[in-house]
Amino acid sequence: MRADTLRRALVGFYILLFFAYLFGPLVVMGITAFNTPAYPQAWPFEGFTLDWFGKLAGDKDLMLGLRTSLWIGLLVVLVSVPVGLAGALVMTQLQARARSFYYLIVVSPVLTPGVIIGISTVVFWRQATQLTGLRFFYDGTLMTVLAQSSFISAYTMLIFLARLARFDRTLEEAALDLGASRWQVFRDVMLPFMAPSIGSAAVVAFLSSFENYNTTTFSILADKTLTTVLAGRVRQGTTPALSALAVTIIAVTVAGALLYEVAKRREEAKAARRERNALRAESQDMAALPGASDTATQAI
Amino acid sequence: MTSALVLDRVSVRFGGFTAVEDASLDIAQGEFFSFLGPSGCGKTTLLRAISGFVQPSEGRVLFEGRDMRGTGPNERPTALIFQNLALFPMMSVAENIAYGLRVRGMGKRERLARAEALLELIALPGQGNKRIDELSGGQKQRVAIARALAVEPKILLLDEPLSALDLKLRQHMRTELRAIQRRVGITFIYITHDQGEALTMSDRIAVMSRGVIQQISDGETLYHQPRTAFVAGFVGENNALPGAVLDRDGDLARVQTELGPLPGRNSRQLAPGSEAVLFLRPEALSLVEPGAGRLAGTVTGRAFEGATTHLTLRCGGGRALLLSLSGAAARQAPEPGQEAWLDYDPEAAILLPREGYGDA
Amino acid sequence: MHSSTGQWVILAVPVLMVLALATLSWRERRALGPDAPPGFIARNGWPVASFLILAVVLWTVFMIVLPLLSMIDLSFRPRLPPAQWGNARDIYTLDHYRFFLFGSNTSTDSWNVTHLKAFGLTILVSILVTALDFCICYPVAFYMAKVARPARLRLMMLMLIAPYWVNELLRAFAFRLLFSNQGLINRVLMSLGLTDQPVDFIAGDVALYSGLAYAYLLMMMFALYNAIETLDRNLIEAARDLGAPWWHIHAFIVIPHAKPGIGSGATLVFMLTAGSLAAPLILAGPRSLWFTPIVYDRFYQAFNWQQGAAYALILLVACIIFVLGVLKLFRLGLGEIAK
Repeated sequence: MRADTLRRALVGFYILLFFAYLFGPLVVMGITAFNTPAYPQAWPFEGFTLDWFGKLAGDKDLMLGLRTSLWIGLLVVLVSVPVGLAGALVMTQLQARARSFYYLIVVSPVLTPGVIIGISTVVFWRQATQLTGLRFFYDGTLMTVLAQSSFISAYTMLIFLARLARFDRTLEEAALDLGASRWQVFRDVMLPFMAPSIGSAAVVAFLSSFENYNTTTFSILADKTLTTVLAGRVRQGTTPALSALAVTIIAVTVAGALLYEVAKRREEAKAARRERNALRAESQDMAALPGASDTATQAI
Repeated sequence: MTSALVLDRVSVRFGGFTAVEDASLDIAQGEFFSFLGPSGCGKTTLLRAISGFVQPSEGRVLFEGRDMRGTGPNERPTALIFQNLALFPMMSVAENIAYGLRVRGMGKRERLARAEALLELIALPGQGNKRIDELSGGQKQRVAIARALAVEPKILLLDEPLSALDLKLRQHMRTELRAIQRRVGITFIYITHDQGEALTMSDRIAVMSRGVIQQISDGETLYHQPRTAFVAGFVGENNALPGAVLDRDGDLARVQTELGPLPGRNSRQLAPGSEAVLFLRPEALSLVEPGAGRLAGTVTGRAFEGATTHLTLRCGGGRALLLSLSGAAARQAPEPGQEAWLDYDPEAAILLPREGYGDA
Repeated sequence: MHSSTGQWVILAVPVLMVLALATLSWRERRALGPDAPPGFIARNGWPVASFLILAVVLWTVFMIVLPLLSMIDLSFRPRLPPAQWGNARDIYTLDHYRFFLFGSNTSTDSWNVTHLKAFGLTILVSILVTALDFCICYPVAFYMAKVARPARLRLMMLMLIAPYWVNELLRAFAFRLLFSNQGLINRVLMSLGLTDQPVDFIAGDVALYSGLAYAYLLMMMFALYNAIETLDRNLIEAARDLGAPWWHIHAFIVIPHAKPGIGSGATLVFMLTAGSLAAPLILAGPRSLWFTPIVYDRFYQAFNWQQGAAYALILLVACIIFVLGVLKLFRLGLGEIAK
């Protein structure tokens, strides 16, 4: 029993240590965002200030990069959500070896280092645009959208595949049997069924795009995104404005996560209420059955 | 009466596997027709061939004389009720019912009015705004029927729709389904492995085994005049005694069984020497005085079941016989361990070819 | 061989690939028997079928296969100005690979020590970081999967994901704030009187390695958690009842069961670490060695794209060898890795 308590204490201590490792660096960085010294310093704490957030907002390059990043994120969502959905639907219609072969191709971007995806994309499009004379197409933002979408589509595809595993194909047949065309089946049955995962795939795609650096730095060419500007800033020198940026990102994502949690709870409450209704209807049905009262009297 | 549906020598093959072989039948307008058989007998494949999800390898499916080859499920005058009902979880009850009308381009107000009318038919008035997961099993069942009826099909196809319900509700739904069919007056084609459902609801039943239709007739004929050993064994309880035909005597013939030579009705005109099975219904057997009768054995079990009492006997060669008694005979039934002598009316016993025996 | 031959190969490969997939899928569908679904177009209808084909071809051909093939192609081409592309001098060559090994396009006298060392170190450190991440994550993953109650599990999940909402660059930046000369650790050490000179953690690569271990921890954690979660708790109870010591249970029950998860986590962490660019840029000292910054410099400092492509291909091949090695070692299929 003593050994058990000791082991439990050790495990608890280890987990505490683990989360300290996880959060420690971020907490330290967070503190520097509010400390006055120009070199980011967590301790000693010399005075509270919000100036660094102001400096951040005034950083023209960074704000321009932010705008490009938001644009790229939006375009990546527009490409990788439909592509990932198509990829997943095709996957479910293949069998055995055809499926393995296809899987190998579409999952390879997930297992390829990001830098290589960036490199191969620019190399290909430089070549292709040289050969075809479509020079205007060789553009940093466009390259980045294509490069990022190649692996982000694989992420979204995996999300869609997880959802599709629970799809009941008789729903499609039911719609077809009621007279729907193939297109109506897709629009009225498949898309509404996929709607929740389309939402989460869009969020994942946007976030993956927004924070991507490895691929972007190769494919962005002359343009600038938030991450490439940030990389330059961090290498040049350290300023608490960068800590302020981190704090802002954390604040925005925490707010987003909270909203998501609230929405999820509300949806769960609704589902629970519907289930209660179903149970009530079930027992009413049973009571209304002819012979139900007979069995009741027999039981007495 | 005109035919609603004709199957003309329909076979469905997948690679080397034959799911349905040479099925021919003719279903009348307004008929309640059932396909009965164990799982894997091909009844679901046949249903899918009728609804258009499967193309027959040979033969024709005709609706009111029109060949359906090349016509997809969305263009056939049938509506199918799926085993799992396949209600659309992302739509409300009313939207589910009105879906078939929506894809036909009917306006919103009109189709919702139709949905409301159908909700009244299935005794769920005013519940159109509910979600599917708010309904009980029986309510879902009725919504599925309403959704199929909304498109005014000529034929309603039902694929074991009651199998998900519990026993009491299932029995209640039998009467309700039959009542709905009478009210709307269209042809129902019903698929089931449950003979109780088939016998209580149907005008006619097709019994299937191994992809082949064994017999098509009303329930009483199936029970009393089975055409094949499979039907005799599958529909209702039966004592089966395999043997070879000894000799014929008009409509009757004698079979050499483990329990000696026994007579039965030779409805298939089997020649002496051919392999046959003699079927004896439990209620066709009666107790007789000791030493009399064609059969004898030791009582091994006695089960009181209200209106009837079941006796099990062990006869020569270890073969068990089931006997069902009612009224006075039941009250005088022997106890387990006692000897009993049995007899039957040869007209009530039936002799069928051995082929297909033991498939059920 | 002249480079124009390569162009035809590059164009032929995707066509052959699509044809092979279509044929294979057609034959396998027919072999299915009773449950064979209708054909692709019959099943989806023209509008949806064309959307599916268009999207998947765009993705697999133009975003995955063709870029990779052109990178391979470019890595074997001589360095020529664009005007001379495709002319008589554009003949396939091993120059860039020779440069990687010997530091020169022509001579083979001396080894290219800087690049080889950086490459070797990158692979070695990535393997070590992968192993380290496994050791760090295993106890926590086991705790979450088999010990923690639902409410606590939910909280821990949230706490695990939260740090990874922060950009990779900023995470590295946070480590720099800890480990730099004026960073928190040095300040604490100095104020405690343990040292009077700041310790140069950056030059000693301490900052880099701990930053790398931190960077992709989450991948290992979730892979392990998902694998251990599927283990039947009764198996552990039964072993405990039989008197198995705790280490025995882990070594012979939990870890063998979690093998696919370990393989999947290891592959992802290795690939991400070996290919990481942010942490080395921010946390490496002037003399630190890492391969990806060298690749970057081939492109955007030396503007020698052909050589850069060759270096990228070398890195990719190393990653593929590692993945295949893990698959072999753990006897897994690719499908089990990318979950």
